[in-house]
Amino acid sequence: MELSRRDLLRLSVAGGTGTALGGLIASGVDLAPVVAEAQQLRIKDAKVTPSVCPFCSVGCATLVHTINGQIVNIEGDPRSPHNEGTLCPKGAATFQLHINPNRPIQVLHRAAGATDWEVWDLNRAMDRVAELAKKTRDETFVERLANGKLVNATTGIFSLGGATLDIEWNHIHQKLMRGLGIIAIENQARI
Amino acid sequence: MRESDCVVVMGSNMAENHPVAFRWPMAAKVEHGAKLIHVDPRFTRTSAVADIYAPVRAGSDIAFLGGLVNYVINSERWNRDPFFRSWVVNYTNAATLISDQYQDAEDRDGVFSGLMEYKAGVPEWPYNGFTQQYENASWQYAGTRVGDQGRTAATAQSGETPGTKSGMGTPGAPQPSGPPYDALVRSLLKPPAARDETLQNPRCVFQVVKRHFSRYTPEMVERASGCPRDTFLKVAETILANSGADRTTSFAYAVAWTQHTNGVQIIGCCALLQLLLGNFGRPGAGIMALRGHASIQGSTDVPTLYHSIHGYMAHPTALKKHDTLEDYLAAETVPTGYWGNMPKFVVSYLKSMYGDTATVENGFGYDWHPKIFGDHSHLPMFVAMNEGKVRGMFCIGQNPATSLNAKLERAAMRKLEWLVVKDNWVHETANFWKTAPEIQSGEVSPADIKTEVFFFPAAQVAETEGTFTNTQRMMQTHYKAAEAPGDCRTDVWFTYQLGKRLKKLYADSQAPRDQGFRNLTFDFEHEDPKERQIGEPSAVKLLKEMNGYQTADPSRHLAGFGELKDDGSTTCASWIYSGVFPAPDRNLAASKQPDPPGQPGAHLNWGFAWPANRRLLYNRASADPSGKPWSERKKWVWWDGSKWTGYDVPDFAGTKAPSAQPKPGGIGLDALSGTDAFIMKGDGVGWLYVPTGLVDGPLPTQYEPAESPIRNPLYKQQSSPVFKYWKQDGNPLASVADPNFPYVITTYRLTEHYLSGAMSRWLPALTELMPELFIEISPELAQEKGIANLDRVRISTPRGQIRAKALVTRRIRPLQIDGRTLHQVGMPWHWGYEGVVKGEIVNELTALVGDPNVTIHEGKAFVCNVEKG
Repeated sequence: MELSRRDLLRLSVAGGTGTALGGLIASGVDLAPVVAEAQQLRIKDAKVTPSVCPFCSVGCATLVHTINGQIVNIEGDPRSPHNEGTLCPKGAATFQLHINPNRPIQVLHRAAGATDWEVWDLNRAMDRVAELAKKTRDETFVERLANGKLVNATTGIFSLGGATLDIEWNHIHQKLMRGLGIIAIENQARI
Repeated sequence: MRESDCVVVMGSNMAENHPVAFRWPMAAKVEHGAKLIHVDPRFTRTSAVADIYAPVRAGSDIAFLGGLVNYVINSERWNRDPFFRSWVVNYTNAATLISDQYQDAEDRDGVFSGLMEYKAGVPEWPYNGFTQQYENASWQYAGTRVGDQGRTAATAQSGETPGTKSGMGTPGAPQPSGPPYDALVRSLLKPPAARDETLQNPRCVFQVVKRHFSRYTPEMVERASGCPRDTFLKVAETILANSGADRTTSFAYAVAWTQHTNGVQIIGCCALLQLLLGNFGRPGAGIMALRGHASIQGSTDVPTLYHSIHGYMAHPTALKKHDTLEDYLAAETVPTGYWGNMPKFVVSYLKSMYGDTATVENGFGYDWHPKIFGDHSHLPMFVAMNEGKVRGMFCIGQNPATSLNAKLERAAMRKLEWLVVKDNWVHETANFWKTAPEIQSGEVSPADIKTEVFFFPAAQVAETEGTFTNTQRMMQTHYKAAEAPGDCRTDVWFTYQLGKRLKKLYADSQAPRDQGFRNLTFDFEHEDPKERQIGEPSAVKLLKEMNGYQTADPSRHLAGFGELKDDGSTTCASWIYSGVFPAPDRNLAASKQPDPPGQPGAHLNWGFAWPANRRLLYNRASADPSGKPWSERKKWVWWDGSKWTGYDVPDFAGTKAPSAQPKPGGIGLDALSGTDAFIMKGDGVGWLYVPTGLVDGPLPTQYEPAESPIRNPLYKQQSSPVFKYWKQDGNPLASVADPNFPYVITTYRLTEHYLSGAMSRWLPALTELMPELFIEISPELAQEKGIANLDRVRISTPRGQIRAKALVTRRIRPLQIDGRTLHQVGMPWHWGYEGVVKGEIVNELTALVGDPNVTIHEGKAFVCNVEKG
């Protein structure tokens, strides 16, 4: 389904109680009853899945509405003691992180010196990354420093991560990296 | 914050950057007339609803906070009200005497005793950024040494600067071994520090603090910060009037306190103030770190950070005596207080790494675990990369092409052999070889960039099952509502699949250095066959490994960290998360039962806040030394005659009476008394004065940022003598009061965008709301420079130059600093050369300068020039 930018904005008026509605009220137009009714229709018979906003660290709870496995709406969870159903403009735009015509859904590869991307098969790319990681680790691994201290480590590979990722990712990723001896592990928390 | 009587927002624009949380200070204001104070260089929407707005110069925070400390200590009310005296004597180290070797910055024109040329570090890692360091022997408590163990700033943890060695055991005597490690921990005990409970001894912490801040007068605050003294005094009076037995004040800060040349000391200064005022562990009190990312607390707890391992334990390092497990435990364990249990946390962590192959005989696999050997954080890694020392990089949910001194970071990336980007969009970092400014200008040709680049599209939050830990330490589960499209995969999928491939590649290796990886346990196969087929790992198994279980029977989850053992019989990656998943069918992060209206509002059944589901840390301090609430209005946790009880999970040994004395020779909590509310500290009290753990001084001191338009008005020492700086081509600094760069520039964020824009500049709704980069300029400066609203202006620093649209606004006002007019400008920094909306990168202007403790950059106060054109 191709959606234009205008369609998306319209969609989020119907879907997100946060931004769109707040913006309209700010401009002096009270569309609350209309929006509320439109929203009721939109999520009628939808399945509701509890979720959490992925932007800042306040931890606003959200509800994700799906119909036949397709996300149709994301809004604040009124039960949450943090946000009591409200969301800020970013939180209210979470839907567009998922349903968005700009969203890339293919794996891309750029060869050394190339001027453009090439679409690659997911497994082929994973195999190549594993091969490169092993090669670089093996070539840069240091068992002992010159002073004789045992370190079993490499600084030839750097892992830089974000901080909107699950703790489960943080755990598995730091475990794999440290397990391999990759010690330069960083994330957004340092910034 | 709803319980606060006064909320001070400083180092944050809470109304615009944490708008949903800002409802609670507003509720406090509306419901019971709480005062709201905003201290900030810019007048923002937070200022607009504040009772007091105090303008300050960016970079003068410690002068302002130090002025508050000085005001409080010398005020009539603070000296008269018995609450403050009782709190400070019982719950802080005010009475502790410090070494007579200590010399304060007041006596040495801005430098503490112990400064020397930088000598730590190893030749293999010349990227620590230091030229000088402190030896902290003279900062210690008199007659004893707290040592330099654990729970310290990153730099101290990694051993980049040597702290004082604690007097452990007898020199030359063999370390007691274990398990159990009780004898080893006991060998680390030191005599308690001397105290003067009258607070009169000139070497007691209170007197040292009082003297240190004695020149931070309202006049000095005005000179250094530009805040009119009447406004400053109104702030000081309001905070003091709203602190005490039945009133509490809270502070809220964000990255405008952290992203500084010495940000750690700014936060330390606020902690000092709040300890003096009794504003810890009590409802409506405290210091709220308004963090910026859904799970940034989680990524610190579960450290994808170089300097620590799970649960704030120091990463084993080659720069300290960490040669064996026993050495590590002896160097890092604080024998008294709750950290005395650290051997249990470490052994259980090693069991989570190496499973059955971690045995008593091999020190639970300690030698397999890598050791760090310097500062391997973001800034020095890019410096090393720029020198060709880093060959491969995983970049997962980050966008360094727009990060600090952005051009330099992109130049560094061109030296990589390979780069893996996993993200939502093909952003600036993914396309750094294709569309960066230096490519577009022809300065660099893609053909000359030999980096092999991968882009893996990411699954989004509603397509993933997992857990976020928010800024309140609260863990909350989110569920998978829909399948991710195409080749979009979850982040755990990527790492799990990479790990499985590498496991295969190393399966037959007999090389000794590969044995640790071969022994790493890495089985997280999903329970659901459908998920297993696409290779998704089990989020449940990952959470279970963090929570911990009985090694002999993994179906028996641990109910909490109290069950941990130091003999390998428990397996637990993250001791602080232990208790979130106490049984296979009970994931408390998924709890969704808010308290009914009218309750005190701890909401213990909504999510799970580590540790042990406590909502307020150190909440024993919400009761007086005898265990009674300080006041009916502020009651939270109290002693009922036989146990601690209240609205929250007590942060104290459950049945330890207020009158309990330390056990002679006791370790862990046994060494603390019934009034030692700060159970994670070795001496059981909050630290006004920090004898160990910080590398840049035991007390906060006003230093100028690395670049400043003025000389330090308080000391001859201009900036911190130990801030980190990497001298590189492309990373020059302006000299003090450089006439070429006369204005202070500060950077900030907007409600409608998110950081580098990687989660907002591709979203139609947000880009439409805020399409274009701008610079905020005061009408006075605009007039001086002939700039009209909406004109294009050039902004330059010694590192680079960018263009943006002028927003001439009275939200930014010139300040009077030391008798002359000083202009400040402000810029949001969300733009880049990719996305639905594009704009220049504000980080082309910033420098690689780091806080000495934690290597966070300076992004909030530096200097620039502004010209029309």
